[in-house]
Amino acid sequence: MKKFTKAITFFLAIVAPLIIITVALRAPRADHSMLEALRQEYPKEHKSGVDHSKMEILQKDFSNPHEMTAACLTCHTERGTELLHSAHFKWEREEFIPGRGVTYLGKKNLINNFCTGVKSNEGSCMKCHAGYGWNDKTFDFTNPFNIDCIVCHDNTGTYKKASGGAGYPEMGPDGPDFKKILASMGQPKSENCGNCHFGGGGGNNVKHGDLEIALLTAGRDVDVHMGVDGANMSCVDCHTAENHVMKGRYYGVSSTNTQRLNCEDCHTEFPHQKNILNEHSIKVGCQTCHIPIYAKVNATKMYWDWATATRKKDGKEYELLDADGNIVYTSIKGDFVWEKNVKPEYFWFNGTADHHLITDKVDTLSAVLKINTLFGEYRDRNSKIVPVKVHRGRQPYDTEHLTIIQAKLWDKEKGKGALWLDLDWERSIEEGMAYIPLPYSGKYDFIQTEMYMPVNHMVSPASQAVTCKECHTRNDGRLATLTDFYMPGRDRNRFIDLAGQLTLILSFVGIFVHASIRYMAARKRKAAQIQ
Amino acid sequence: MSKHKKVYVYQGFERFWHWNQALLIFLLAFTGFEIHSSYEFFGFETAVDIHNKAAWGFIILIVFAIFWHITTGEWKQYIPTTQNLKAQAEFYLFGIFRNAPHPTRKTVISKLNPLQRLVYLGLKLLVIPVMVISGLLFMFYRYPQGDSIAMINIDNLEIIALVHTAGAFVLLSFVAVHLYLITTGHTVTSNLQAMITGWEELEDEDDSPEHDVNSEKTDTNTSGS
Repeated sequence: MKKFTKAITFFLAIVAPLIIITVALRAPRADHSMLEALRQEYPKEHKSGVDHSKMEILQKDFSNPHEMTAACLTCHTERGTELLHSAHFKWEREEFIPGRGVTYLGKKNLINNFCTGVKSNEGSCMKCHAGYGWNDKTFDFTNPFNIDCIVCHDNTGTYKKASGGAGYPEMGPDGPDFKKILASMGQPKSENCGNCHFGGGGGNNVKHGDLEIALLTAGRDVDVHMGVDGANMSCVDCHTAENHVMKGRYYGVSSTNTQRLNCEDCHTEFPHQKNILNEHSIKVGCQTCHIPIYAKVNATKMYWDWATATRKKDGKEYELLDADGNIVYTSIKGDFVWEKNVKPEYFWFNGTADHHLITDKVDTLSAVLKINTLFGEYRDRNSKIVPVKVHRGRQPYDTEHLTIIQAKLWDKEKGKGALWLDLDWERSIEEGMAYIPLPYSGKYDFIQTEMYMPVNHMVSPASQAVTCKECHTRNDGRLATLTDFYMPGRDRNRFIDLAGQLTLILSFVGIFVHASIRYMAARKRKAAQIQ
Repeated sequence: MSKHKKVYVYQGFERFWHWNQALLIFLLAFTGFEIHSSYEFFGFETAVDIHNKAAWGFIILIVFAIFWHITTGEWKQYIPTTQNLKAQAEFYLFGIFRNAPHPTRKTVISKLNPLQRLVYLGLKLLVIPVMVISGLLFMFYRYPQGDSIAMINIDNLEIIALVHTAGAFVLLSFVAVHLYLITTGHTVTSNLQAMITGWEELEDEDDSPEHDVNSEKTDTNTSGS
């Protein structure tokens, strides 16, 4: 009996730690109280304290849009000055870039990897300018009446700027119903932002891949924040503004680690139950795991080859479409590659960036010209791994002066050198460079270009987040290209692994040989004994 | 003929410690090499979970074991000696095949032969501490964070990880050889039984090996395993 009790005690002693480990291994009970609080707070509809339909000054029949702005500014007296200093109006910010110092950069003067740049094309590009009449270099950036209030604050969804109208809407009987629009003025809706930000690059989802019209109607599978069956948030719930300075940075045009909008602002730095995940956030951006793919509904442009533009079929310009209806070739723009459900590429990023200016020299020895450069590396304490849409392409450059080229793409009429109308590279380059003005040698060629755009939207539900194994895997993991640090499960030291395996194998061989000899010797002895 | 006596060699805690250590080392190695991407079994996330929790279990066990070794004076078992060291090595290499007697007599106050003393001391003072320390660094190091997190700041995980991996290979090799050598006792299973029940048949302490002229013939031998 005593022995039996002892055996039980011994058995329990062995099993108890196992039980403790198993219990400890159970997943912690999920605590969604913080998320729930956010859910309560954010989907609230904004209620304006003012009913603009009761404003007498807005009941007039306006003959031109500048008068409407003037009417707005009679009450909102300081907003005009605010706007005159905002990036939405200036298309330029004061930036500090290491190596360059203080520079004034923005869409106004930067090259991008899509339609390349606004200079000499203002009449068309300024359809997305929060102003009226930026048609050329003579535009007055100091006149508050040049501000377009309506494009952001129209709550009817009916306001439209005219195509090629330098930011002016259609006026008169064909134009929108301004009485109704002015009566509706309020906080920007997602549609207002989307009018421009969904269509960057010349069409829906062309540029960003994570910003597109489907966000207005899609569910939380596409975007947990904006999903109509989820929090149903609007752009300005996160992109808050103070005095018309919006929070959030797009590094196609920005350069400094300021005014950024971070997930942590709402979700705190410790949003996970599992601490090991919270620790990841020291070096891994939230977006890296929580945006496993972008362009979930409509495709986005991944490649734009300007070099193939101007081709004609039977003497005429033409277009080719893919099965989904995306344009894959057009004579005025060249070849495109579209992709849907794209896995991002990953880069270290510390919130600062540089841009290839049109005055910078092109390094023809390097394989690609980086339109913008995201700074960051593992050893940099401010760097995190972030998902990035890399847009590749080919753009014209001056082979003598070694500068990138701004071509004239658009004009109201043919014969003025606009590439999209005349399909003549020579002429459009001459016109574009003369407009800036910058010298052009007369010789051009095309160079490979890349543009890096961090992906921040289309956050997936947590259940679809990137799993451990997608990065912690030996080959072809998501972070395979980031080789400046050691990651468990991906990296190993070949020598140590080989030496370790050899030690193990030698141990087993030794055991086998020793055991065999022992066995043989014993059999021999036994045989001798029997004899 | 030597006189054999049943002796209580391994105390309760000793056996509890030994088997839990065995279990935890097995669990740690199995999950550890999954984290190392040597194979897939639990899935990476679960493997990390088990590994971290088993590590804590191991550390707690070590704390108790150290206390036990100190308070019982059992730590003296591991004091290395060169006496009989050569003889013991020769026994494993040659004598064992001729059914020669064990050169070192096992007693309650000296359970380990000189080779065991050396190897176990090496484990306790070198391999396991290295694994525990590198493991704790693995758990608690932070990427450089300025002053925001008052933890250990280490620039690169690589050295920690490589030391931890190398140690794992050493431990695994030890386990393999250990599992084989426990069959070289009085009988094939006598060591195993002793570690389970605590009792082992040992030579009577009054007898010295020199007198055991006939032991070769009468000992139940290790063969036929």
